Amino acid sequence: MSGGLYSMDKRDFDKTLDLKKVKPYGDTMNDGKVQLSFTLPVPCNDEAIEAAKQLLKKMGLENPQVVYYKELTKGFTFFNCYGSCKHTVDFSTIYVPKVESTKMDMKETDEFIKENIGRKVVVIGASTGTDAHTVGIDAIMNMKGYAGHYGIERYEMFEALNMGAQVSNEDFIAKAIELKADALLVSQTVTQKDVHIKNLTELVEMLEAEGLRDKVLLICGGPRISHELAKELGYDAGFSMNSYADDVASYIAQEMNRRINIK
Amino acid sequence: MVSETKVQKSLFVSILNFSYFWQLLKHNDLFIMRTSKLGLDFGKVEEAKRISGKIAGEVQQFVDGYTTVAVERTLCRLLCVDGVDINDVPLPNIVVDQIHEKGLLGEGVLFFLGNAIIETGLNPQQIAEKIAKKQLNISELHINNIKDIRFAVEPYIKSTIQKIKNNVETRNNLLKQLGEGSRPYIYVIVATGNIYEDVVQAQAAARQGADIIAVIRTTGQSLLDYVPYGATTEGFGGTYATQENFRIMREALDEVGKEVGRYIRLCNYCSGLCMPEIAAMGAFERLDVMLNDALYGILFRDINPQRTIIDQYFSRIINGYAGVIINTGEDNYLTTADAFEQAHTVLASDLINEQLALLAGMPEEQMGLGHAFEMNPDMDNGFLYELAQAQMTREIFPKAPLKYMPPTKFMTGNIFRGHIQDALFNEISIWTGQGIQLLGMITEAVHTPFMSDRYLAIENAKYIFNNLKNIGDEVEFKQNGIIRQRAQKVLDDALSLVKQIEEEGLFNALEKGLFAETKRSKTGGKGLSGVVSKSDNYFNPFIELMKGGKK
Repeated sequence: MSGGLYSMDKRDFDKTLDLKKVKPYGDTMNDGKVQLSFTLPVPCNDEAIEAAKQLLKKMGLENPQVVYYKELTKGFTFFNCYGSCKHTVDFSTIYVPKVESTKMDMKETDEFIKENIGRKVVVIGASTGTDAHTVGIDAIMNMKGYAGHYGIERYEMFEALNMGAQVSNEDFIAKAIELKADALLVSQTVTQKDVHIKNLTELVEMLEAEGLRDKVLLICGGPRISHELAKELGYDAGFSMNSYADDVASYIAQEMNRRINIK
Repeated sequence: MVSETKVQKSLFVSILNFSYFWQLLKHNDLFIMRTSKLGLDFGKVEEAKRISGKIAGEVQQFVDGYTTVAVERTLCRLLCVDGVDINDVPLPNIVVDQIHEKGLLGEGVLFFLGNAIIETGLNPQQIAEKIAKKQLNISELHINNIKDIRFAVEPYIKSTIQKIKNNVETRNNLLKQLGEGSRPYIYVIVATGNIYEDVVQAQAAARQGADIIAVIRTTGQSLLDYVPYGATTEGFGGTYATQENFRIMREALDEVGKEVGRYIRLCNYCSGLCMPEIAAMGAFERLDVMLNDALYGILFRDINPQRTIIDQYFSRIINGYAGVIINTGEDNYLTTADAFEQAHTVLASDLINEQLALLAGMPEEQMGLGHAFEMNPDMDNGFLYELAQAQMTREIFPKAPLKYMPPTKFMTGNIFRGHIQDALFNEISIWTGQGIQLLGMITEAVHTPFMSDRYLAIENAKYIFNNLKNIGDEVEFKQNGIIRQRAQKVLDDALSLVKQIEEEGLFNALEKGLFAETKRSKTGGKGLSGVVSKSDNYFNPFIELMKGGKK
């Protein structure tokens, strides 16, 4: 184990927070402390530890420490490491596109729809393509919801259909036409080899070909999806982890209102 | 006084004998525990099993009248028809489709193959190759006497039965020679998509202490109405189940098993539209464990209920004969339904799965009935409820190598908390004597496991299994406490659910969404066109040969 457990080193760096130069925080401002673990495909020996340290340095981590290592199997060594990051980011100039809506609870959203849209909003959702996971779409749509947030099916002012998993984009669009859907929710959980990107792009292209793209709110969600990515792919909004039915429902209600009433 | 001493002495001896006997029985796993730590009423358990038996019996009456394209393709495989045509279509599909297109599949593929053997003098593989080259239509040949037809396929059937029997013997010998891990068996998955990379990961896991390696299938394979052929190196979230991939992994696990001095079991997925075919391939390549649920495909892959129910029967007959431990998938119910409120549906499904498996001739010792640790971590006393349910499942199915599934639904990407969630799950497993422990991975919900994730998971499990080894023998549960009450309630609810299912019939129960809050119509879902009612000439000798369990 490397030294530094109770480091007596002088910390002669500027300890004031500068949002133009933000770096990781361990226990002292600007100490830059980062923890990481990884495996190198080399046998476990002194050279392996040195290799890990050199790698940390190349990542921009000063004072690299290998605090634990273990050969997982012949020729593969696992490391737990710490280091001080020398890089900084300018927090003051960061801009992240966000879903612009105020989060409302179920009652508020129902009221909002009654007042501003005056009819039930039709939403269909599915986990499309070969993706067999319904966890995401179920959490947002099913009556029960997730972690205490009721799903869209429970809302009075939504007419919701959850088509489940492994729904082809063709079937999804056919259903959207049949039900005259206002909003389409696509969930993508499996993301290996970027299969979700391909699938999401295909849906946009198919909707455009059908002349439907502007007639619906197109929303995607999943653990590896961000609003920014969604926008890039041609979606109206994207929801990532820690989003619940309230987030999605509020967005749909408010965005529909914007489109219908505020032009 | 003398006589009293004698009495005491003989009593002492008999107690000694009894305890020796008890140890012996316990050691041999023959001892069925009928005293409940939870105060369970075993009268209710028996009643639930009896009712579930009736549900399964009714389903079986339906099954007996039908076959499917998958069952018939399986029979081709069991007659050693293998390989693909120039378009990569498997030969079993080509043979079965040719008969099915003529609407004659109800006679069964063995009828036509047997007849073709007589007419052409070729073996089943050669016949299939001719069909693939469009040089033969086996449904248009002169039809021979049914006795002669049966006689023609008999040698092929016998040789296949012998082949599978030999595999069972090989496994038993290896188990004797190498030994095996203690229970719960540590079960981990590999899922790189590339079978050769899977081998590296699997051998590493075995060296770290895994007892069972499951090769996760590529997303979507369950909905393919054929089994791909050959070694594969591309997949999404998993690796194709092919017979060649089975063979490659079997060889790798035998190799590492010898190195670590432990037989390493191989697991794959006997589910989806090719359930019995995968079972046959597994029997040929000596797989040891198969995910093989009667209802899973219906509920979670929207496969037609009739298709799945017929397919599961033959797949389980093969798995039973091949000495394969099946795993049922009740844990999945809790990914859609709430683990606390819907616990009784898991038990009800276990009860029905058990009875369906018994009908397929499967010994209880091969039934890895499933359940899971999936309660919301924010819930007060969640651990106590999970403990109650795991102990309850253990007591209700005393001989089954229960498969216990880790938290997935509430794994968040906070790997540090996830490690603790997995630790609590491991504690319950060692405490309640589970059979197969599917280890949770800290990166659940993030990505398919890294080599290091598996190492951390195994380290976690081993630490807990060692430290709490005999906790189950030491700790009793308080009368009328939370744990006892919970278990009793789940049993009561499961009993009323199976009663309701018995009234409805299984197919109607599925239509009403009694499992996993998912509704499945008898005529909906994928694969119904592959269901055919049996005609007069239909025969499948494997059912009797394998079900007898005469190994």
